[in-house]
Amino acid sequence: MKRFMRVAAHLALACAVLPSIAEAADDVADLRAEFQALKTEYASRVGLLEARIEQLESAPTPIAAQVAQHQHAAGDSHSSASAFNPAISLILGGSYTDVSQDPGTWRIAGFMPSGGEVGPGKQSFNLGESELTFAASVDPYFSATMTAAITGENEIEVEEAFFRSTALPSGFTVKGGRFFSGFGYLNEVHSHAWDFADQPLVYQAFFGNQQKQDGLQLKWIAPADLFVEVGAEAGNGQAFPGTRRSHNGLNGETLFAHLGGDLGASTSWRAGVFWLEQQAEDRSYEDVNEFDEPVTNAFTGKSSTWGVDAILKWTPQGSVGRRQLKVQGEYMHRREDGELTFDTEGLGLNDAYRSEQSGWYLQSVFQFRPRWRAGLRYDSLDSGSPSIALVDDGALPPEAFPVLLHADPDRVSVMLDWSPSEFSRLRAQYAWDEARADGEHDRQFRLQYLYGIGAHGAHKY
Amino acid sequence: MRIFTRGAAALLILLACGPAQATVKILATTADWGALATELGGDRVSVYVATNAMQDVHRVDAKPSLVARARTADLVFATGAELEIGWLPVLVQESGNPRIQPGAAGYFEAAAGLNLLEVPSRLDRSLGDIHPQGNPHLQLDPHNIALIAKALTSRLAMLDAGNATYYQQRGSDFDTRWAQAIAHWEAKAAPLKGLPVVVMHRDQAYLCHWLGLLEVAAIEPKPGVPPSAGYLGQLVSKLSASPPRLILLNAYNDAKAANWLSERVHVPVVTLPFSVGGTAEAKDLFGLFDDTVNRLLAVIQ
Repeated sequence: MKRFMRVAAHLALACAVLPSIAEAADDVADLRAEFQALKTEYASRVGLLEARIEQLESAPTPIAAQVAQHQHAAGDSHSSASAFNPAISLILGGSYTDVSQDPGTWRIAGFMPSGGEVGPGKQSFNLGESELTFAASVDPYFSATMTAAITGENEIEVEEAFFRSTALPSGFTVKGGRFFSGFGYLNEVHSHAWDFADQPLVYQAFFGNQQKQDGLQLKWIAPADLFVEVGAEAGNGQAFPGTRRSHNGLNGETLFAHLGGDLGASTSWRAGVFWLEQQAEDRSYEDVNEFDEPVTNAFTGKSSTWGVDAILKWTPQGSVGRRQLKVQGEYMHRREDGELTFDTEGLGLNDAYRSEQSGWYLQSVFQFRPRWRAGLRYDSLDSGSPSIALVDDGALPPEAFPVLLHADPDRVSVMLDWSPSEFSRLRAQYAWDEARADGEHDRQFRLQYLYGIGAHGAHKY
Repeated sequence: MRIFTRGAAALLILLACGPAQATVKILATTADWGALATELGGDRVSVYVATNAMQDVHRVDAKPSLVARARTADLVFATGAELEIGWLPVLVQESGNPRIQPGAAGYFEAAAGLNLLEVPSRLDRSLGDIHPQGNPHLQLDPHNIALIAKALTSRLAMLDAGNATYYQQRGSDFDTRWAQAIAHWEAKAAPLKGLPVVVMHRDQAYLCHWLGLLEVAAIEPKPGVPPSAGYLGQLVSKLSASPPRLILLNAYNDAKAANWLSERVHVPVVTLPFSVGGTAEAKDLFGLFDDTVNRLLAVIQ
């Protein structure tokens, strides 16, 4: 400040001196010298000042001040408590279903039922799940998300409720709570973002649509131009195919890795591998014995699943809203090793059991013009032929386990959807279902609607 | 358990291989921000642009390659005002990179600190794809670019304090050249003032505002809502009564509706680059405005 005053004083002096030059012709030389001296001093002081200003300007401004400045300028500073309300979004879904077989008796041939809301669903009009999501940052270190699914049967289910770290260094993210496991491609995708009205058969048979458990996830992304993601999860192992809760520590473990990148400006891809291990304890299922009488059987043992997933998207010039071709597929293989109890409430026969089962799907969705997409999907499962010691030893005939008889279920589905905007979608889907345990051919027609209101959600790849 | 230990060991090895960088790595959401970051950062920054001029930046896939870039970025340079809301939050969230989280020094939004046009007084999606904070297509007013350049210069100086003087110099050099260029464009484009035009979407609002072009109609009835045949019919009768001089089209737009209208009302369509890279001439920010002004003038002369 002092320097400014001094410069100002010199300036004032210079101004005062200037007119006198014209008047005092005698002292011109003297004055000129004095003026020159002043000018030099003035120049050097200005130079100094400039240097000071530059120094000050280049010094870093505290980030808090900068951010505050920006927010102030944007004019959106709130003072009410509601300003901290989380982002809320609500997805409404529903369908009209027309099937040629009773959906109540639909069951995938050759596979122990996975529980879950699998199959073609109920006939006629149905309210689907209404997904209510709340999300916000907790503090500078964590964010939190909860999605509650309110079902058409008037039940509220916590679909996901998790915290996620935002401040861990080196590409690590920790997630905890209840969440869809990060393996594969479709497992993490919420139902409203599926490209078909239902999940592929392999997801229905292996996980009852989607695998989620209460637990922790650690994920790491490599510092490379190629997308490399590695994740590990540990959970309570409660979700199918696991059932175990009567142990401390880890009851269900998952490992997964994804690679991804671009092939030119229009094509992107991602591929992955995964492995899951769960423990089942008295995982019961309904069957009938060789005399067609209902029995309850149960499996206890280890269930391990591995699989691969891949997706390729071709988007001419990257314009998502206009034209896009998606091709994706996943393959899974499951081995279960343990003991099978026949008729838990009656005979209670128990002996070794081992099965190797697999399944895959391949689907393609083509956005052929803005708002319109068409899709084709093929599903295939191989139930394998389990080795059941009770049968091999001759204690029971193979017909005592109809659910476990070998089968190769498959299904073809086609769909057409129309999305008037980013927030609404109407879909028609037709499926030729050859998966039913009773061997009947099922033809399933479905009309579906999806509407999103509230916060604009961001979609994963 | 053994698998977990092995996995952890593999992770550590990969971690140790992480490359060391000397430059500030910038992930720019659009080619315009990429160009500005290069103007201001020179050889002290390395810039990766997430989209190209032919893309609708509102609708982009959160591709794995972009997550990978977000992971290593020191600075995310976005438009803000919810333009990138459908994909950028996913990149930032999935990146595992604390430097670029919103609120951190490495997260920069161009719209912050600007007075945006068309801040809606009513928020309702029946009005189409509206943005609560105002129209986010702000790059087509060069005065905005000047303000963003100042803010970005101080952000770069803060992130890379060792090169602060370098950024300040480049910043003031750009500021001078840009001010001269604006004066040149404004003088040249003076005849465009008050020219009645038809726009495609709300994304030309800043250009019209800057050059004083008079928007008489939009081909999209509401932002993000494609025109119906009925609406286009109404537009033809309305425009035939008082014809505009030009129909403005962006390079990334589908030209169908604009050409259809052009034939009916006998008004030429002028395709503007909209973004750096939108035309062969729009190689950088200077080229973007040179070409925009030239193309507008060429049609009316």
